[in-house]
Amino acid sequence: MKSHINARNVIVALVALGLTLLPAYSALTGNIFILTLFTRIVIFALAAASLNLIMGYGGMMSFGHAAYLGIGGYAVGILAHEGIGSGFIQWPVALALSALYALVIGALSLRTRGVYFIMITLAFAQMAYYIASGLSRYGGDDGLTIYKRSTFGGLIDLSNRVQFYYLCLACLFGGVYLIWRIINSRFGMVVQGVRSNEQRMQAIGFHANRYRLVCFVISGTICGLAGALLANNTDFISPAGMYWTRSGELMVMVVFGGMGSLFGPVLGTIVFLLLEEVLSQFTEYWALIMGPLLLLIVLFARGGIMGLLGRLSRG
Amino acid sequence: MLVLVEQSLNGLQFGLLLFLLAAGLTLVFGIMDFVNLAHGSLYMMGAYFAATFVAWTNSFVLGVLLALGATLLLGIALEFIALRHLYGRDHLDQVLATFGLILFFNDAVRLIWGPAGLSLPLPPWLTVPVQIVPGVFYPAYRLSIIVVALAVAALLYIVVMRTKIGMLIRAGASNREMIGALGINIKLLFTLVFGLGAALAGLAGLMQAPILTVQIGMGENILILAFVIIVIGGIGSIRGAFMAAIFVGMIDTLGRAFLPDLLRTVLSSAAASTAAPALSSMLIYLLMAIVLVVRPEGLFPAAKR
Repeated sequence: MKSHINARNVIVALVALGLTLLPAYSALTGNIFILTLFTRIVIFALAAASLNLIMGYGGMMSFGHAAYLGIGGYAVGILAHEGIGSGFIQWPVALALSALYALVIGALSLRTRGVYFIMITLAFAQMAYYIASGLSRYGGDDGLTIYKRSTFGGLIDLSNRVQFYYLCLACLFGGVYLIWRIINSRFGMVVQGVRSNEQRMQAIGFHANRYRLVCFVISGTICGLAGALLANNTDFISPAGMYWTRSGELMVMVVFGGMGSLFGPVLGTIVFLLLEEVLSQFTEYWALIMGPLLLLIVLFARGGIMGLLGRLSRG
Repeated sequence: MLVLVEQSLNGLQFGLLLFLLAAGLTLVFGIMDFVNLAHGSLYMMGAYFAATFVAWTNSFVLGVLLALGATLLLGIALEFIALRHLYGRDHLDQVLATFGLILFFNDAVRLIWGPAGLSLPLPPWLTVPVQIVPGVFYPAYRLSIIVVALAVAALLYIVVMRTKIGMLIRAGASNREMIGALGINIKLLFTLVFGLGAALAGLAGLMQAPILTVQIGMGENILILAFVIIVIGGIGSIRGAFMAAIFVGMIDTLGRAFLPDLLRTVLSSAAASTAAPALSSMLIYLLMAIVLVVRPEGLFPAAKR
């Protein structure tokens, strides 16, 4: 039997442990900043994990995933603005709207393949971006401040940093667990089969596009949840957060960590956002280093961090 | 009526400008199967080069020519150093690598020229209004953009359809391996085509510069428009890019000009003035979505491989 103790699994376990114990570290050292930073990281990791479900396992290169962050966020923001503060209403609405959007654009986009799919998902996300900028009642281009975070009837207080962090972390672990269950189920096997050979799957009797579409909707819904969390984290929502460059960043996080590996996107997000943070403290022109670094990673480190760790553990 | 003529000309001018950008993109895409998100950065660099060289030389024409040369060289250098290693890779790899280049160029520009935008002043002979038909005046500069872009489009057509190098380019678009096997130096051809595409993007950027300000991120929005155009027109098709560019330019300009008034008839004035620009920007993406759903290969697909 293959040993499960290798560099890759040890690092994944250490990272999960580190994320769980982070609030304790923050409380001991009084370093509040690190908790805020990691709350953001954990939320983006969830979004990246959801993108990885369709990119890594489904072979669908969505270049419009930022739209779900926006939809989830605007659902929370608009309901809060209209005086509905309960998370029991806000969050299901955020998830339902993300799912609905994914269903509609997925049904249309999945008629295309390859680079056309990349472009059409981008086009729909840009449409969502322009709709958001046209919402004059909710701030238009300037965005909308959320004065009160979602309330859950005394069950959990989102304004409490530690409680909010653990909520985000629970969502991340839950999301990754869900994705793990999905990819190991019959459904997930079919989706992965369609990625490697669509015609063969069609020939043995699977409706390839139906499986793809369901996978696309699940991914969008999970990302919508990340959007709702993100809006609560920043207390603000604006169209800028759903511009196409944000979708590009999400793709970068996935590929950084290793597309098609369960924990890859989580590691990728941590490394990407930490690097951004460290570089921007070091120099104002952090992208001057990040840009070429990205190019080098694409050129020389196929499989991202997970691929690298995998090669290490094989020795 | 007069407004309609003027706005149609503006639409044509914007469409032709978009064509210059889309032509380079579709050539690179069609021939090398390479998705270049950094094309918008070359557009931005063209504008920055022009603003700098015009200020240095005190001559608009000389500065513009220098800027064109500089963008051409930059494109060739970029291809030589980085991008040629990405041919034959996954589209996703190309998207990510060139996304990295966008980050790099934006910060490089911020470092060199500072965060504030530049302006590219026009020489006096380009600022006079020209009477195009009796009673209708149109800015000379916008008119000259139309003339230059049409000339470049015609030249591009002649080069691609009537010359030996154009024949190689078309052959490369339909079967890369085959023309390599016939002994054509395909690497050199790719570098040349990439340089040409870069120069066209730079030309579009520097021509747009006097109308808008020269600023960081100016390439990002218009890059996506150019992608929309080549997808609508059919990837690899110059003719398709031309038609789609005019179409998109018209829709965008006319939408911006007339949608607010149209919307005001059904919405309150304030709501209409925020909704209209959003709606007219959306129109283009809506158009692309419809085209892709109905004809996934674009309106004028290049010859099947």
